[in-house]
Amino acid sequence: MILSKPFVSDQHSSGQARIVLSAQDVWKSYDEGAIAVLKGVDFEAAEGQTVALCGPSGCGKSTLLHLFGGLDNPDRGRVSVNGIEVNRHRNLLRLLRHEVGFVFQLHNLIPDLTLEENCLIPTVAAGVDRRTAQERLHQLAERTGLTHRLGHRIQKLSGGERQRTALCRALMNRPRILLADEPTGSLDEQTSGAVFELLLDIVATEGVTLVMATHDRGLARRCGRLLEMHDGRIHEPVSA
Amino acid sequence: MIFLKLIVTNLRRHRIRSFISIAGIAFSVAAMLTVVTILQGAIGMFSGILSNDSEIIVFERNVSDLFFSNVPAAAVEEIAGWPMVSHANPVLFGIVSSADHPIITCFGVTADDARIRKAAWIAGDKFAFAQHLDDVVLGERAAEFLGAKLNDHVPIGHGVFHVIGILKTANGFEDGGVFMPLSVAQTFFHKEGTSSVITIKLRNKDDAALFKSMVKAKYASLIGLEDEEFTRSYSQFKILKATAWAVGGCGLAMGGLGVANTMIMSVFTRIREIAILRVNGFSNLQIATMIFGESSVVSLLGAVLGLLTGTSLLFALKLVPALHGYIDVTIQPVVMLIVILLALITGIAGALYPAAYAMRVQAVEALRFE
Repeated sequence: MILSKPFVSDQHSSGQARIVLSAQDVWKSYDEGAIAVLKGVDFEAAEGQTVALCGPSGCGKSTLLHLFGGLDNPDRGRVSVNGIEVNRHRNLLRLLRHEVGFVFQLHNLIPDLTLEENCLIPTVAAGVDRRTAQERLHQLAERTGLTHRLGHRIQKLSGGERQRTALCRALMNRPRILLADEPTGSLDEQTSGAVFELLLDIVATEGVTLVMATHDRGLARRCGRLLEMHDGRIHEPVSA
Repeated sequence: MIFLKLIVTNLRRHRIRSFISIAGIAFSVAAMLTVVTILQGAIGMFSGILSNDSEIIVFERNVSDLFFSNVPAAAVEEIAGWPMVSHANPVLFGIVSSADHPIITCFGVTADDARIRKAAWIAGDKFAFAQHLDDVVLGERAAEFLGAKLNDHVPIGHGVFHVIGILKTANGFEDGGVFMPLSVAQTFFHKEGTSSVITIKLRNKDDAALFKSMVKAKYASLIGLEDEEFTRSYSQFKILKATAWAVGGCGLAMGGLGVANTMIMSVFTRIREIAILRVNGFSNLQIATMIFGESSVVSLLGAVLGLLTGTSLLFALKLVPALHGYIDVTIQPVVMLIVILLALITGIAGALYPAAYAMRVQAVEALRFE
């Protein structure tokens, strides 16, 4: 049986681990308030944690990830990354270039570019020098088994390879937080498992904080923390 | 490099659309280049008529067109006697028509005029000029279209004239013109005792300022201008130049609309892609630079293609016998530069709205866009 309680981790707030991502009383609605999605969400994630957000479609998982990444603004409340409030008009570029990386359900790669070119996009945005960018690319490509596919166009890649490419791209600028929205949702079961395994392995190695929205409870359970979202709030499941 | 590839990739993705935009700019540039070059060539040729073996032109002040200028013969005689003047030649301009040609330029000149003295005569004797009142000399092309040979009698305007010579000149107006003795032209055009201009050759070019001030002091109704000053200030030339640039500008504006259309389509069809770039840290400036880069590539390719097309067109027009001598294919570097610059500005202007739209793309909304 799963019980729920409003989530603010005691361990994290006690200062034993550095909080890198937090939301305080975050509200978000659409259609001028007609559709309330988030109703006072409180959340904290510590450095290196892997957090799975589970819940039914439309419960606000993706919305919350977008707020964490500064892609959208909350109606009320405060979202902070590394203690700095996310503000779309002030520090968004720094956030997107250096603090967070996104992986989406649909890989969202640019089809006419090669794998290598797609992965280099964040480094171009951030003005990273070519040599450093290439070194990082080859490091990640090796980790994800994509080295032999670097020069291939996205159309030539399989679903799993595309999602691994998206993972590489998200990590190119060494963000400390990875926001993954159903990262394996478009893959078959076997590929999904392999990609997720890789995702966990890389975030663990790189010390990246992972916040992942997923329907797949099997995958979610393999994260360090599993949070339930419903009625616009986060609930941490507690085994009775 | 990736940035450049993003620009080029999108153009390659919609090849037909890109090509149409490039062609639009190219046609505009070609039109502008052709019109401007032809008109500048015409202006150059007209200036060439006036500056033939002379440095200064004296004509009636405040006339809108040299055809309406009247310089009294007494002024010609007096000016010719000034110590700094090497020679002063009166020239009377007139327009006549013949059976098939509504406009033939007539030059009333004296026998010692450089147009007669220094021209390459392909038939006749230059020393026979102005011996009889019905004598005319034809430019080579005029002889051709009038079907006249040496010693023929040809109807020109309301008279019939005896062709005593045919001369060849690189100047289209002169080559297609008729040279009459000044007195004959004065009678023919009912301008007895006057000429349109006096072309002045000075003994020393440094005396130009002195000469001009003397003309100003002595003749309130006349003005003396150095050739370059005249070309710059003559109102007909100004009107022609303005017309040329206006016609070309309209063409470019249409090309710009084509670029705007292409860029709007380009932005609308890849909103999702722009959102992806945003999520990966692209700033508004980078997004706008990409859009402007794309339109600049279209404009530059269009400009280059247009320059090639325009130049080819000018060469082709030059080969048309009827236009022989009227078209000067010398494309001035400054004209090329202005045309390229205008094409670039047009392309950038055409991308203003698309770029502004792209900068407003909300990543969250756009990522939902299929």
